[in-house]
Amino acid sequence: MQKQAIFQSKLLPYALVAPQLAIVLIFFYWPALQAVIQSFLLQDAFGLSSTFVWFDNYIELFKDPAYFEAIVRTFFFSFAIAISSLSFALLLAVMADKPLRGSMLYRTLLIWPYAVAPPVVGVLWIFMLHPSLGVLSRYLRGLGVDWNPLLDGNQAAGLIILAAAWKQISYNFLFFLAGLQAIPRSVFEAAAIDGARPMRRFWTVTFPLLSPTIFFLLVVNIVYAFFDTFGIIDTMTRGGPGTSTVTLVYKVYSDGLLGGNLGSSAAQSVILMVMVIVLTGIQFRFVERKVTY
Amino acid sequence: MALRHFGAAAALAVTVGFGSSPAWAVTEIQWWHAMTGANNDVIVKLATDFNASQTDYKVIPTYKGNYPDTMNAGIAAFRAGNAPHIMQVFEVGTATMMAATGAVKPVYKLMAEAGEKFDPKIYLPAITGYYSTSKGEMLSFPFNSSSTVMWVNLDELKKANVEIPKTWPETFEAAKKLKAAGHDTCGFSGSWVTWVNLEQLSAWHNVPLASKANGLDGFDTVLEFNGPLQVKHLETLVELQKTKVYDYAGRTNTGEGRFTSGECPIYLTSSAFFGNVKAQAKFNFTAVPMPYYPDVKGAPQNSIIGGASLWVMGGKSAEEYKGVAKFLTFLSDTDRQVYIHKASGYLPITKAAYEKAKAEGFYKDQPYLETPLLELTNKEPTENSRGLRLGNMVQLRDVWSEEIEQALAGKKTAKQALDTAVERGNTMLRQFEKTAVK
Repeated sequence: MQKQAIFQSKLLPYALVAPQLAIVLIFFYWPALQAVIQSFLLQDAFGLSSTFVWFDNYIELFKDPAYFEAIVRTFFFSFAIAISSLSFALLLAVMADKPLRGSMLYRTLLIWPYAVAPPVVGVLWIFMLHPSLGVLSRYLRGLGVDWNPLLDGNQAAGLIILAAAWKQISYNFLFFLAGLQAIPRSVFEAAAIDGARPMRRFWTVTFPLLSPTIFFLLVVNIVYAFFDTFGIIDTMTRGGPGTSTVTLVYKVYSDGLLGGNLGSSAAQSVILMVMVIVLTGIQFRFVERKVTY
Repeated sequence: MALRHFGAAAALAVTVGFGSSPAWAVTEIQWWHAMTGANNDVIVKLATDFNASQTDYKVIPTYKGNYPDTMNAGIAAFRAGNAPHIMQVFEVGTATMMAATGAVKPVYKLMAEAGEKFDPKIYLPAITGYYSTSKGEMLSFPFNSSSTVMWVNLDELKKANVEIPKTWPETFEAAKKLKAAGHDTCGFSGSWVTWVNLEQLSAWHNVPLASKANGLDGFDTVLEFNGPLQVKHLETLVELQKTKVYDYAGRTNTGEGRFTSGECPIYLTSSAFFGNVKAQAKFNFTAVPMPYYPDVKGAPQNSIIGGASLWVMGGKSAEEYKGVAKFLTFLSDTDRQVYIHKASGYLPITKAAYEKAKAEGFYKDQPYLETPLLELTNKEPTENSRGLRLGNMVQLRDVWSEEIEQALAGKKTAKQALDTAVERGNTMLRQFEKTAVK
């Protein structure tokens, strides 16, 4: 099969790609460049004075133990969020894939949470689990649990992971369901005739055939946990108690927007950018090879 | 052809929308604020009344989100060369605004240049002190001010046979009795943990929070709130947290529902909580002055304010400034201040307005609305109680809260937590000093 398209004019392909390139340049590379420039400056909030300080902003960051804590915490949060939301979504998708009465309804309902904006997710969970406002908190306390995420850092971290994973389940569910439905039924039937039990069929047939989906979702989920959980953190804990829920992105926000320390904030986003580039590189270079397409 | 028409129409729309052309239009004055609900109505009414009172200027109020949002919107607009004329900035943003020489127009200068009659002495010094230089030059115009008070659930206190406490030891005792009487999740609590337990506590006992008159005399200020009083206070809170005689309710005011629901019968927070208490509390309540430690000499001193003030942004035309000045004069009017006071529950900012409200018997039925004023005017303000001016205050408060939370969770001692809070805060202040425009 011929993969190459044939263009009569030499300019036409460039002209066709140009709008896309322009968008990428203006909306991705230009701000990224701005961030790099900003990270070498010391500037007041109003932009009235700025001094070029070379790598001072970076040096300050690496002298700060809180920054390393935030890095470790962010990785931990990301894996916890990705693993829990992926496994739960897969379970739901496998169940919704069965021929059930009203399965369309279940599927639709399962997709709904994805339409909820992250800060709203935060508020929803606050209403359930805030130590004084929360409906569920009363039951927890009734059961003898000393539930107080305002002071207990582990509980607060758990709450953030729970809320962030919950929001992502719908998205993962959608992809898993599509992935499951793309697997030809005949493969299952053949396995069943060979005498494979449902669990064995899942691990030897379904799971490997789903691996491209899983791999794709893993990347998406980690990126989501890195960047999009900020709204949830801001509404639920504002990084507290102590610093137990300050992630890298939240730190960028609080240092830059709340603290007016734009230089440090920019330096942090540059580091984040590098981290994501490296992560994605590793994933596609090493992990992708092990994925069956 | 059609395109040309569109262009002309757009140009026309732009002129109408942002027009400040003196030939035929009135001068428009943009006013960005952060008021919602009933307070938003007050703002709209003030603007409408001003616009009706004369024909040269038109004040256009715009809601820009909560306090930090409004401030960030203003800063972003300034960077884009598009700042509003008047911006409402909460009290903790004061240092950031002050440091931005050139970005803002000090109110005392504005009034002098516009030739408006302006006497800083007619305003309550406890309020204007916060927004003035140490020489008494008013930098921003006080708009909505409040202070910390202690809200008390009178019914529950009566049931537990507890008197309204006046001092901190009495408050702790009262909370223990209340806990014994059934309030086992919360004897007393409060919002804005650093405002109440560090900032107000220090001013109320005439103890410094930071050097250089709490930053009013210069950006080279260092934090000093790890003194014996503050440490002792936090130690007591940590001890009481263990048994929930005191129960921490968060950094902001999200815990205020614990008072109105009846869970916490004693609650320290802003006097501006009044509207919510009135609307939601199904019990008799009042607000009394913050407690004090009787063993501290001279306590109580005076409290400091919360709330926001109006900053005039720089780089506008003389004509526009004239309108802004006229509007500030309009706001200073006694009857208008009495109206704002009654409608919003915020404090009147002029002495005359306060006297008038008193003469009208406004505080007879609602004595608790006078409480914050009595606290603010309790004594002549000192270096330690005039106000605070610390750079990056929003983030400073978060850092202090983080450390207090560590102490309350038992991970650090009170002394360690406050020492670290001071240390981390000082680093941020030095950072701010570097970027502040000299």
